[in-house]
Amino acid sequence: MKLTIVDYNSGNISSVINSFKEVAQNKVNIEVTSDLDKIKSSDKVVLPGQGSFKSCVDALNSINGLVDSLNEFVISNKKPLLGICVGLQMFADTGYEEIETKGLGWISGKVSKIDNQNGKYKLPHIGWNQIDIIKESKIFRNIENNSHMYFVHSYEFIPEDKNVISATTDYSTKVVCSVEKGNIFGTQFHPEKSDKIGLKIIDNFINL
Amino acid sequence: MLKNRIIPCLDVKNGRVVKGINFVDLKDAGDPVEQAKIYSDGGADEICFLDITASNENRETIYEVVKKTSKKCFVPLTVGGGVRSVEDINKLLNCGADKVSINTAAVQNEKVVLDSSKKFGSQCIVVAIDAKKNGNKWEVFTHGGRNNSEIDALEYAKKMEDSGAGELLVTSMDRDGTQEGYDIDLMSKISSIVNIPVIASGGVGNLDHLVDGIKLGKASAVLAASIFHYGKYSVKEAKQYLDSKGIPVRI
Repeated sequence: MKLTIVDYNSGNISSVINSFKEVAQNKVNIEVTSDLDKIKSSDKVVLPGQGSFKSCVDALNSINGLVDSLNEFVISNKKPLLGICVGLQMFADTGYEEIETKGLGWISGKVSKIDNQNGKYKLPHIGWNQIDIIKESKIFRNIENNSHMYFVHSYEFIPEDKNVISATTDYSTKVVCSVEKGNIFGTQFHPEKSDKIGLKIIDNFINL
Repeated sequence: MLKNRIIPCLDVKNGRVVKGINFVDLKDAGDPVEQAKIYSDGGADEICFLDITASNENRETIYEVVKKTSKKCFVPLTVGGGVRSVEDINKLLNCGADKVSINTAAVQNEKVVLDSSKKFGSQCIVVAIDAKKNGNKWEVFTHGGRNNSEIDALEYAKKMEDSGAGELLVTSMDRDGTQEGYDIDLMSKISSIVNIPVIASGGVGNLDHLVDGIKLGKASAVLAASIFHYGKYSVKEAKQYLDSKGIPVRI
């Protein structure tokens, strides 16, 4: 099994790499690269993302052929991909952070700022919050409902088709924090920073 | 619902853990990697490393510590102390830090905060404010509490939020090392004028101080060093106590 973590200068991915290596030990070959051929020949891909929606989309687009290769991997070949944080947000058609920006369009919807109810809620939404699993998802195998996950974000993904939502978390509103659509998986929270329970989610993805 | 965080802070000097009492009288107390692992296994919501002598001495040791720790701890790791530039931040993040706290450099040049939050995202930029009371106001100190910038801490807090800080780590210089509790007045004032999370620091001597920091100081997270480090209380005990006082924590 070959798993690739896409390294496209989207900010800090050390923690993602460390956590996947910890879970995989020597059983899975983990590549950290933006090499198109390596991505295409992978069995699974992880798409991390930090910073703004726009900065991540720009970073993806600045590597020639990367978006096409990801499209081929996900849409044509239907192989499993896990998006984390802004990696998940980029599944959307459009993001509204900084400026209106086109996303990958894999799951119809938009990414907009969390409603902080006129300053009643602090943003970013930083810290540990419980997830409410509303749909069985392969990455939640043996994960108890209401488990705590680590979040840090100010924007949320609002998919058009609510059936893709696998978990929400309770903040100022019910924030979408996990999606699954066929071979496409995403978490708004950071499994790589969510202690043992987060590592279990990574393990579930690796063992899909 | 979002939980209040408990963050043990490890003061690190030359790759070893120490804890300063009012920034002097250092005692050696262990290996930072092992300590961090003990804390994260014990339920710490985040780990904070403060490289206390980084401004004056060889900094390379902290990078090694961060590298090793991030391979063992899978909760967020914040590293601060002697961070001067966007390049320093980049290096710490690449070693596995999840957030970097900026103190003196942010006072001297707010562009560091602006540029780094743009480049890496606000989520990893923590501005650390060392504040000391002077009459009716608090002033911001730099260089590990040695120099008074005479900048008003409340105005500065707001300015740092506007510059892109994702969180503020507020330390009361008057309380740090005293074990008399947080400066609640300072914490609640800063917390109410900014919309980003505030981490309270400086002065914790018992578990009620943690409760006060959250309930009265309105802090999103509480940071403490010596009460955890010398085994007076475990993180687990602290969480159980907060829970018994009706404060939402991750247990």
